Amino acid sequence: MLYRESGQFKTTYAADQQLFPIRQDRYAIGLLLAVAFVVIPLFASSYWLTALLIPFLVFALATLGLNILTGYAGQLSLGTAAFMAVGAVAAYNFQLRIPGMPILVSFILGGLTAALIGIAFGLPSLRIKGFYLAVATLAAQFFIPWLLVKVSWFSNNSASGVITAQPIEILGFAFDSPPRKYLLVLTIVALMALAAKNMVRSSIGRAWMAVRDMDVAAEVIGIRIMRTKLIAFAVSSFYCGVAGALYAFAYLGSVEPDGFNLDLSFRILFMVIIGGAGSILGSFLGAAFITLLPIFLDVLLTEGAAALNLNLPSGMTSMAQLVVFGALIIFFLIVEPHGLARLWQILKEKLRLWPFPH
Amino acid sequence: MTSGPHPSPPPSVMGEGVHSPARRIGDTMLSVDNISLAFGGVKALTDISFDVREHEIRAIIGPNGAGKSSMLNCINGVYTPQQGRIRFDGQTFTSMDPHKAATMGIARTFQNIALFKGMSVLDNLMTGRNLKMRANLLAQAFYVGPNRREELEQREKVEQIIDFLQIESVRKVPVGRLPYGVQKRVELGRALAAEPRLLLLDEPMAGMNIEEKQDMCRFVLDVNDEFGTTIVLIEHDMGVVMDISDRVVVLDYGKKIGDGTPDEVRSNQAVIDAYLGVAH
Repeated sequence: MLYRESGQFKTTYAADQQLFPIRQDRYAIGLLLAVAFVVIPLFASSYWLTALLIPFLVFALATLGLNILTGYAGQLSLGTAAFMAVGAVAAYNFQLRIPGMPILVSFILGGLTAALIGIAFGLPSLRIKGFYLAVATLAAQFFIPWLLVKVSWFSNNSASGVITAQPIEILGFAFDSPPRKYLLVLTIVALMALAAKNMVRSSIGRAWMAVRDMDVAAEVIGIRIMRTKLIAFAVSSFYCGVAGALYAFAYLGSVEPDGFNLDLSFRILFMVIIGGAGSILGSFLGAAFITLLPIFLDVLLTEGAAALNLNLPSGMTSMAQLVVFGALIIFFLIVEPHGLARLWQILKEKLRLWPFPH
Repeated sequence: MTSGPHPSPPPSVMGEGVHSPARRIGDTMLSVDNISLAFGGVKALTDISFDVREHEIRAIIGPNGAGKSSMLNCINGVYTPQQGRIRFDGQTFTSMDPHKAATMGIARTFQNIALFKGMSVLDNLMTGRNLKMRANLLAQAFYVGPNRREELEQREKVEQIIDFLQIESVRKVPVGRLPYGVQKRVELGRALAAEPRLLLLDEPMAGMNIEEKQDMCRFVLDVNDEFGTTIVLIEHDMGVVMDISDRVVVLDYGKKIGDGTPDEVRSNQAVIDAYLGVAH
């Protein structure tokens, strides 16, 4: 009833090709952005900002990066955390070694460094596909953190390669409090999500999907497979690199290369799978599911146990949380193997008709 | 309408050939000289030569496994023949590569539909025009200036093809959800989107019922007529082949056993033997 596009006629291709062709979507996204940019910084507690929202946004960005590579271009990668590490350490070094370096430029250069490394580790994709490629990207995952610990120059000779991120300051304005950091991260993530959406609806995005769906046909219509795959690796690693820089600078403050381990790569891959491969929205949904749901469940179970006056042994709720979380993952994958984004799409199709059956 | 050097022929009564062969058939556009292709010990093609003239519809026929698809794959560079040359547009190649073939205006469809299943009809056709897109990655990321302009221009061209093939109602549907006959049509559309000079069709009517075949024939003839596209097609339906093609090449076991107009091929003893078998 509410979500119906009848009466919204498009008379130009420009109107049909806009980002959100349906008016209700435009209102919804406007509202969402208003809440994210205005309401949340005003009212959210600093625990919410630092422990929930900033990591959610950072992981959403990394998921976006992996989704470009895996969901759109069809190249499986397990090196996400390594590319994040490259971004973090590179941004740190640009800040450290070049006096007066603007922090945003450091983030971008960190991303570009990760992009170069990504291209190097993307080269095997020209010969191998699928699971075999995933194993090849594991090389990046093991090699890069090892290198960052081994060569202490990268961490300015600190113990075990820990880097302590410099404070964030842009044009004399210090991003030192949680709301400010949150706003900075939100702005970067929103802009990069917009850029990702634009890329996937332009010719490079179509080339990625063409290579994913049918590479022989893609080649025959003139797409350069090698170039397309390497651009996917570069763009994906750029996103992961910036996410890594934000992870270090805006979220944790100090990180060690071993923090960017295979476990983190897997988490981000799960975010892609649960959110929906090949969907920008899905990257956010997946990141929310994996980062926010466990905490939400934890609170729910603890509060629930307290409300019911249950005297549970210590540790019981945290274990119950893991069980429920695991069950939910399986539930959602059975309901919709194509991820939460597809569920949302189905819901939208249903909403168009609701409350009438036809 | 025709715009060749010849005046357009008087409207012919249906029945005496679907179109008059006097049309605008020009000089040789593609010639394949002594092509041989082997996979290990299996000889897929042996010493094949034939030519294709501008604006004509050239059929390749032959029993299963005769090497027809391999021939197309050699022409647009998916396979590299061990021997022989391909001349296209005055240039000689000992091997094509698919990208070069595409830039020179060779497009094709596949025997088993090779569409991009996760993408909409519109996106499939837009992908077919990728070589016409020039905007750089940054312009694409911000969807500004050249990229926005280009997307709109190409969309307009693609919509003309969607109109031509009468697939307006499904333009936003992911092709994986479409019925087989429509998918075949979309694949033709994707090839046409590149505005090819030479169109290679690998069994465009396979698995279709009679109405779908008639529609597809009409599209093939219209493409040939309206856009002046030269067409090489592989087809098993002899009725279709004899009706719409100007000249026919017959392959059997990787060798050329016949070449000529449909009537010549029909009365060629070697061709009859290949199709009906001979007593030994």
